[in-house]
Amino acid sequence: MSASAIALAAEVRSKKRSARDAVEESLAKIAAGDPEIHAFVEVLADRALERADEIDRAVASGSDPGPLAGVPVALKDNICTSGIPTTCSSKILAGWRPPYDATVVERLRAAGAIIVGKTNMDEFAMGSSTENSCSGPTRNPHDHERVPGGSSGGSAAAVAAGFVPLALGSDTGGSIRQPAALCGVVGMKPTYGVVSRYGLVAFASSLDQIGPLAGTVADAAVTLQVIAGHDRRDSTSLAAPAPDVVAAVNRGVEGKRIGLVTELVDGTAPDVAARVRQAADALAAAGALVDEVAIPQFRYGLAAYYLIAPAEASSNLARFDGVRYGLRVDAPDVAAMNVATRTAGFGAEVKRRIMLGTYALSAGYYDAYYAQAQRVRTLVADGFAYAYTRFDGLLGATTPTTAFRIGDRTDDPLSMYLSDTCTVPANLAGHPSISVPFGTGDGGLPVGVQALAPALGEQMLFALAGALERAAPESGAVTA
Amino acid sequence: MSDVGLAPGWEMVIGLEVHCELATRTKLFCGCPNMFGDEPNTNICPVCLGLPGALPVLNRQAVELAMRIGLALQCEIAPSSFHRKNYFYPDMPKDFQISQYDAPINKGGRLELPDGSVIGIERAHIEEDTGKTTHVGGSGRIGGADYALVDYNRAGVPLVEIVSAPDIRSAAQARAYAGELRAILVSTGASDGRMEEGSMRVDANVSVRRAGEEFGTRCEIKNLNSMRSLTRAIAFEADRQVALLEAGGRVVQETRHWDEGEGRTLSMRSKEEANDYRYFPEPDLVALAPDGRWQAEVAASLGALPAKRRAGLVGLLGGDPSPAQIDQIRSVVASGLDDLVTAACARGAPAPLAVARTANEVAANAERAGDLDPGSFAKLLVLEASGELSATQAKDVLAELLTHGGDPTEIAKVMGLESMDSRALAGAIAQVIDAHPAEWEKFVAGDDKVAGFFTGQVMRATANKANGKLVAAELARLRSESSG
Repeated sequence: MSASAIALAAEVRSKKRSARDAVEESLAKIAAGDPEIHAFVEVLADRALERADEIDRAVASGSDPGPLAGVPVALKDNICTSGIPTTCSSKILAGWRPPYDATVVERLRAAGAIIVGKTNMDEFAMGSSTENSCSGPTRNPHDHERVPGGSSGGSAAAVAAGFVPLALGSDTGGSIRQPAALCGVVGMKPTYGVVSRYGLVAFASSLDQIGPLAGTVADAAVTLQVIAGHDRRDSTSLAAPAPDVVAAVNRGVEGKRIGLVTELVDGTAPDVAARVRQAADALAAAGALVDEVAIPQFRYGLAAYYLIAPAEASSNLARFDGVRYGLRVDAPDVAAMNVATRTAGFGAEVKRRIMLGTYALSAGYYDAYYAQAQRVRTLVADGFAYAYTRFDGLLGATTPTTAFRIGDRTDDPLSMYLSDTCTVPANLAGHPSISVPFGTGDGGLPVGVQALAPALGEQMLFALAGALERAAPESGAVTA
Repeated sequence: MSDVGLAPGWEMVIGLEVHCELATRTKLFCGCPNMFGDEPNTNICPVCLGLPGALPVLNRQAVELAMRIGLALQCEIAPSSFHRKNYFYPDMPKDFQISQYDAPINKGGRLELPDGSVIGIERAHIEEDTGKTTHVGGSGRIGGADYALVDYNRAGVPLVEIVSAPDIRSAAQARAYAGELRAILVSTGASDGRMEEGSMRVDANVSVRRAGEEFGTRCEIKNLNSMRSLTRAIAFEADRQVALLEAGGRVVQETRHWDEGEGRTLSMRSKEEANDYRYFPEPDLVALAPDGRWQAEVAASLGALPAKRRAGLVGLLGGDPSPAQIDQIRSVVASGLDDLVTAACARGAPAPLAVARTANEVAANAERAGDLDPGSFAKLLVLEASGELSATQAKDVLAELLTHGGDPTEIAKVMGLESMDSRALAGAIAQVIDAHPAEWEKFVAGDDKVAGFFTGQVMRATANKANGKLVAAELARLRSESSG
């Protein structure tokens, strides 16, 4: 969509444009472009139009539908939608319709947003390219031979292709920020506990957060403000009120101390590193006090992440056993049915992680793997804590490289896992982080720079993101 | 009970794990009703069904009831946390159970039994219950059924598991422990303690050793659904182990199933035994650390415990109760009727009679006992003690008092239950003696066994209007006259 979510909502609220018109434009673009991109696994045309008419009637009758009035939104398919299939791009949940809405869905609706569809993802959010989907890969709108990143690749591509101005994704080790960077859009992971996880199909419960993907930093801020805030249905939801981040976007960074993290620049591809250094210079030019900082603990983050996340996943995914919902492959007894169902229903990467996680938690290995990984997690948090004694915010690359070719890394899981190396530290510490498009790298592919802030430092984070956006070179044209 | 069977020189070592369902309004992690006996799969929601995306939220009332149990067992209430116990089972919706593992809410306590012995409590922790599977068709057994039905109404019901130290030394003591624990659960309002409905479930860890030796290898016995099963199973298992050891064999650590019909324990050696539960901290819940104020509130709301309440009744009886009275006292306290006894005695009722009638007739009609006016109850007991009403008549009046209330004297009059005057009684006794001369001879000759016969005959002849005590006294007087 050409207009930002904020501009669109303003038009709908002031009757300059109908919600139906906005939704029709979105649906038309999806119909034209998505057969090629495959960002969506489910398009909810009828429901969306019905809802648009409700919004228009509300506006006509003088009531205000909310800050996202009439804005078409796409949801990653691991966010539960009542009566609408929620599959996590897995065969094991094919056709499953949750009997309830996720908290974020309720909040989006209450703000006037219109859900137009569910987006493709790596199965159960396990992956960095959206190739691990039972319905096939999503293509990067900037280069259809390349991946959009993942696991929220469908949501990132839907925004990048202009199908919708806003989408929600989930970020366990970078699954919002990494695809946002590769698709040239904004992607934000909130502080752990700021957004309710109720209704998010769990991958790794202690790391998962839902967050916005958007065309602009301001749109991401508005969306966060809508979905954030305490939810009594999620015990890990923080009691703190939703942070007022919209105003922070234009606050600027003058006098703010920004640390360029050595570990988030070194080892990235030269075209990415060049853009990150350029971003640091731009912040300095905007009045920030920029210095380089080493956080050596970050080097161990990825290894810890790939023990903790699979360990939790091995337990979270146990319930997909063929007994109550989703796929069931019949067999002579229950145990055999469980095995047959899970063998047929899960893809290779999900099976790999269930096995890794089961192993890491097993008697005799728990201390060496899971417990050790938790200690490393504490070390990473310590590294952040030390850095934040000297800095208000941090800066680095979101991804080691720009978008890679479809199929390039599917045979080498380890090289795929390395895609997350810059993003996992924020998940391990539970801190907020955002990826902002900052020009292009080799071949004209988008580059994202990552801003980080301490826990509940969302205002600082959006101030930083706003400054980066204002200083950013063009991110290149979408070919869709 | 049957400890007699254990061969000389051997000693049992028993530890009990008692699971009790907490009497909360709702389940442990969701708002579904915690109800026994409803239509299958009616008290369920996304949370207790473990639907994708649903999350647990801890029930405050469950924590309070768990603390009540802990306080009653003199445990330390400790900062605690929840873990996941991972294993596949169709009646467990998430295929893991949320339980407390290395940090239980209640640590280290003690339970004093009525005989004065003390059993250590290792922990009393919170966990969730599973659903219920019914195997249908075929043989009905797990392996041979055609299909299985699962009812998730019980899934997520709060449990507290109370683990004793291996301090129990006989089947009788195990029964006394389970009985006392049950009394505490009921008395604190934590659970209804009904073994037959499964709201209290007992597993027994049993080993044997020669006196003075180290602990032997233990077996865990499951499926103990009643106090009777508990004592029988322990006795059987201890005997089995002694026989095994005396024959030069070795006890294998395993889980054994009690077969009530066969009267023996059977090895369960199943795949389940080889389970590695892969415990790890439950990331969907936060740490649980009740602060001092909350603990103090719960402690303040905790009434007197059964032991203290029983001691109160013993005091009313003037100390040194008979074994029958000890049982009556236990029943009175277990039914929560000790306040009634105390109130009746304060209004002049004789304590032994108050305890006996409360333990038997009143407790049997427990749902109406709350409406029984202590003053009327006391008046009735005085009438019975003075002989104005026979025991049978008093029971009839009591039944009426429990159903409709009223004044005992009036009720007795309306029911035509005034006791016979002494002349009418003497006539009735004379008639009975005349009708049974041979028996009378025996009685006069000193055969006391015939006394009951005569009392019974007189009661029958008077349609139970006679006072049994007065009849006995009159018979004794007539005997001394005849033999003198």
